[in-house]
Amino acid sequence: MMLEEFLHNGVVRRVGQALFTLLGVAVVVFVMLRAIPGDQITSNLGTEAAALTPDQRAALEAYYGIDQPLFSQFFSWLGNVLTGNLGFSSRAQTSVAELTLQALPVTFELAVLSIAFALVMGILLGMLSASRPNSARDAAGQVVGLAGLSIPAFLLATTLMSVLASEFGFNPNGEPYARLLQDPLLNLKQMFLPALVLGFGVAAPIMRTTRTAVLEVKSGDFVRTARAKGVPPRRLQIRHVLRNALVPIVTMTGLQFGYLLGGAVVIEQVFSIPGIGRQVLLGIQQNEYALVQSTVLVIALAFVLVNLLTDLLYRIIDPRVRAA
Amino acid sequence: MTLATDQNAEITARTVRPRALIRTLTSNRSTFVGLVITVTLAIVTVLALFGALPHDPLAQDPPERLRAPSGDFWFGTDQFGRDVFSRVAAGVGNSVLIAVVAVAFATLVGTAAGLVAGFYRGFSDTAIGGVTNILFAFPPLLLALALASVFDRNWFTIAVAIAVVYTPIFVRVTRGPVLSLREVEYVRAAVSTGQSRLMVMLKHVLPNITSIIIVQVTLSLSWAVLTEASLSFLGLGTPPPAPSLGSMIYEARTLVTVAPWTMLAPGIVVVLLVVGLNLLGDGLRDTYDPRNRGNR
Repeated sequence: MMLEEFLHNGVVRRVGQALFTLLGVAVVVFVMLRAIPGDQITSNLGTEAAALTPDQRAALEAYYGIDQPLFSQFFSWLGNVLTGNLGFSSRAQTSVAELTLQALPVTFELAVLSIAFALVMGILLGMLSASRPNSARDAAGQVVGLAGLSIPAFLLATTLMSVLASEFGFNPNGEPYARLLQDPLLNLKQMFLPALVLGFGVAAPIMRTTRTAVLEVKSGDFVRTARAKGVPPRRLQIRHVLRNALVPIVTMTGLQFGYLLGGAVVIEQVFSIPGIGRQVLLGIQQNEYALVQSTVLVIALAFVLVNLLTDLLYRIIDPRVRAA
Repeated sequence: MTLATDQNAEITARTVRPRALIRTLTSNRSTFVGLVITVTLAIVTVLALFGALPHDPLAQDPPERLRAPSGDFWFGTDQFGRDVFSRVAAGVGNSVLIAVVAVAFATLVGTAAGLVAGFYRGFSDTAIGGVTNILFAFPPLLLALALASVFDRNWFTIAVAIAVVYTPIFVRVTRGPVLSLREVEYVRAAVSTGQSRLMVMLKHVLPNITSIIIVQVTLSLSWAVLTEASLSFLGLGTPPPAPSLGSMIYEARTLVTVAPWTMLAPGIVVVLLVVGLNLLGDGLRDTYDPRNRGNR
């Protein structure tokens, strides 16, 4: 029953499309790495690579597998990735998979906290704006929304951090990063500002979507009927209006995940949080291409999965999509 | 960025009439503010690109370092005695140049691909759709970052990296309206009179999506400015000593308590630039989006 319904809804096609996209993502990441001047040999040996004899060079090329045609290089790399071998980081002296497993939960926590902040700020402000369109409170809500869209996360982050540290002595991020399970209190203190700043950027589009959706739902006949029936205003707002406005809000929240992952690179850097975004940046700064390649792939994978989930969630919330 | 894609799907295709456009830009207060900010900063860009600045943005003058804003140094000086005003103006010039080149590239390539995909359908649609999906699978800033790390960095390669990120938006935003336009009677009539499909596409379809493109260009410019600033903040933008708003803010983060102007000047200007473009883009969108008409 359930399965039949799913097949009918094009869910299978949607999943197939996501898999195809992921393959394309792998190709792009692979090509990007090959486009970098130099190879594993020059990146490991630096200028000494020039002193290699042709024989030595050929031996090293065979060792790294870069004497093979690009096509087979791609598939052996893909095979490695699929079996969990993401490469080795020579600086950290550990596997990239290990590093990624350490970093992923950190970014995941940051993402969850930011989304929570964003939903609270965005939905409250959006409903406030929509409660009296074109009034002063609407204008105030819209200004906050515009600020969220226009203030770069790195600017807000650096300003807040330096002002709070110098004026109030609040600088939890000056201490070494505490993992959530080791020192929950310090961890939450360290995550508070980063999540607030990231959430502020995500709140703006959520606020705008909420405002538009609530205004649209409010003009519906069923809301008038409910009001006429004597449904108390607060109950009307939440049970009747917000519930029906939820579909675009959920979609928008899912779509913002990409912004969040990009923003995480900046925020993790500013607040010294050892997440997945900082890992990419460190890899780039230290010319550790295996690290960059695999981490970018993991992030894109996460992004594709979240988009797929949003899409499927959307079908569950809104019966009209299922029928389409 | 996904925000606009989503909302633009609702914009009906319309041609742009210059006089109506001017009326739009001047009748709404916030749109007008956006226009004024954008034009002012565009002038600053031109002046900076031609070197018409009060001081040399690169010249160091140690005895004059960390001076507060004054008649001589309007926004003060930084830790090397360089004039912050001139550096901010040059940074605006740099940002705007990169954003404009990036968005111009994204507009041309993205619109062309969107037109072809929507008008010719078939294989080209599938292929273009596939590539678009792949590029959309990367978080925008991350893709720009990865691309910027691959190239030898200069202002042009940064612009290309940003362009690649924003091209798929233009594909998605134009393809939808083109799909419906190809079924409209006058387009079918034009095809049936024997005009080449390319001519029909350029003469009858393209003019009808200009409003969508203009809105998208304005909003994309603001994201491109933000992306460029973020890249240079992370040290992956135009390499120093070329002044850039992002790297100025990065350098100022340790000076903010002693010399707040070193942070405030580039910070306020980057926000102004993005706010101006956003207000302009929102105003244009409201004009061309039938759902919002009468709402304001």
